[in-house]
Amino acid sequence: MEHRLRTPLSEEDVRRMRAGDAVTLDGVVWGLRDATLIRMFDHGQPPPADLRGGVLLHVAPNVRPSASAPSGYEPMTVGTTTSLRMDRFTRALLRDHGVRAIIGKGGLSDDSSAAFREYGGAYLAIVGGAASVETEQVEAIERVYWEDLMPECLWQFRVRAFGPLTVAMDAAGASLYRDVARTAQERLAQIYAKLGLG
Amino acid sequence: MTGSATVPNAGALFEDLGRRLYLDAQIDIPPDVRQALRDAAARESHPGARGILATMLRAIDVSDRKQTLVCQDTGIPIFWITIGRGIAVDGAAMLEALRRGVERATRETPLRSSIVSPLERKNRQTSSGDGVPVFHVEFSSAIDHIDIVMMPKGSGSESMSFLKMLTPADGEGGVKKFILETCVGAGGRPCPPTIVGVGIGGSSDLCMTLAKKATLRPVGQRHPDPAIAALEVELRDAINSTGIGPMGLGGDTTVLDVHVEAAWTHITLNPVAVNMQCWRGERRRARVYPDGRVDIGY
Repeated sequence: MEHRLRTPLSEEDVRRMRAGDAVTLDGVVWGLRDATLIRMFDHGQPPPADLRGGVLLHVAPNVRPSASAPSGYEPMTVGTTTSLRMDRFTRALLRDHGVRAIIGKGGLSDDSSAAFREYGGAYLAIVGGAASVETEQVEAIERVYWEDLMPECLWQFRVRAFGPLTVAMDAAGASLYRDVARTAQERLAQIYAKLGLG
Repeated sequence: MTGSATVPNAGALFEDLGRRLYLDAQIDIPPDVRQALRDAAARESHPGARGILATMLRAIDVSDRKQTLVCQDTGIPIFWITIGRGIAVDGAAMLEALRRGVERATRETPLRSSIVSPLERKNRQTSSGDGVPVFHVEFSSAIDHIDIVMMPKGSGSESMSFLKMLTPADGEGGVKKFILETCVGAGGRPCPPTIVGVGIGGSSDLCMTLAKKATLRPVGQRHPDPAIAALEVELRDAINSTGIGPMGLGGDTTVLDVHVEAAWTHITLNPVAVNMQCWRGERRRARVYPDGRVDIGY
């Protein structure tokens, strides 16, 4: 199934998504990564923006200063980084800040999967390394919070037709990563047998 | 130095090459990699995987059109240099010039500098630092020029690097099992479909270097040794039958290819190393001739 959604997302929007579905987004996506989340949760500083219904993106942007851009920056290359480093923040982001979806690559743990089920959230997989496509879908950097963390600030991106993203972990507790890993392990046993490896 | 010619204007020439190769490698994906992605998309039976491969091909097209980086990860700059016969160059000056070129590309473009010190995590914002760029320099009597291959190695795939010092009793079977387990364990993290580089034999350092060097070989080009070539095909097909698929989300295409490079080793050793390159297979090559002529390729 394909979903074309405008942010912010409701719990219902997210609970309708099933692992394997495709999602395309319009509206706002919040870019953040390691340092942003460490400040929020390890240093106890509340986020400077309202993330309720929000969609987060594990991002590492190349930007350049621009006088005409609303935030003072324009995107050069916006691309997605590996999510697992930010895994331990998922639960609190959903429970305490009302985040509905996280976009990243590589997937998150079973604990994050449980949090998606409990609070109504989803992990949306992007195509890693295809930053030139992603950058085209960012219309503008609307605002930059915590600029001192450059480039690990909290980025407010205005996006258009952002995707297609794959629902890789859904609010029912399903995870494509878990399924694929299980299949691969089963097939590995068959491959060993076929190649005569004990 | 009888019979050898010194490259003219070497400082400026190599600085410009360092700049160009580092930047172009991140914008322009090699033709063999493009073809392998197109072939994979045509073969792929999993609809989601077909969509992901299509996005990868689209990203390559967008970068061709806009001359932008395909990926935001500017990587660790690595140069593989082979100096042929009959050509003289001030080696230390050449490496310094290539480094300056990388620093210029970073400052002038500008590019995100991805290089930090290991303990303080300090970033000079130059894509360089102590020991970086990484330079591999070797000599060859098979060529009459200087061959430079630039590889900006992204961290997603570089994180998936593994070495195991197996024993002779583990045999070839142990080597195959290690490679297969490693690829299954890596899952979607190295941004598959990857080019899997395998080193077998040598010392630990040589084994790892061979694995990384193997990822530079154009996709589809087999090892000249028929036994190693057969191993490459066997491993490629085995890994693709695991179902991991593009970005680890399921599908028939987990690797674009497996390349194995080998060296002789110690009687008690059976080393194997795995190094992965993401689906972009970024690399750019320059051939520098004694008269200062330069050919740019892949």
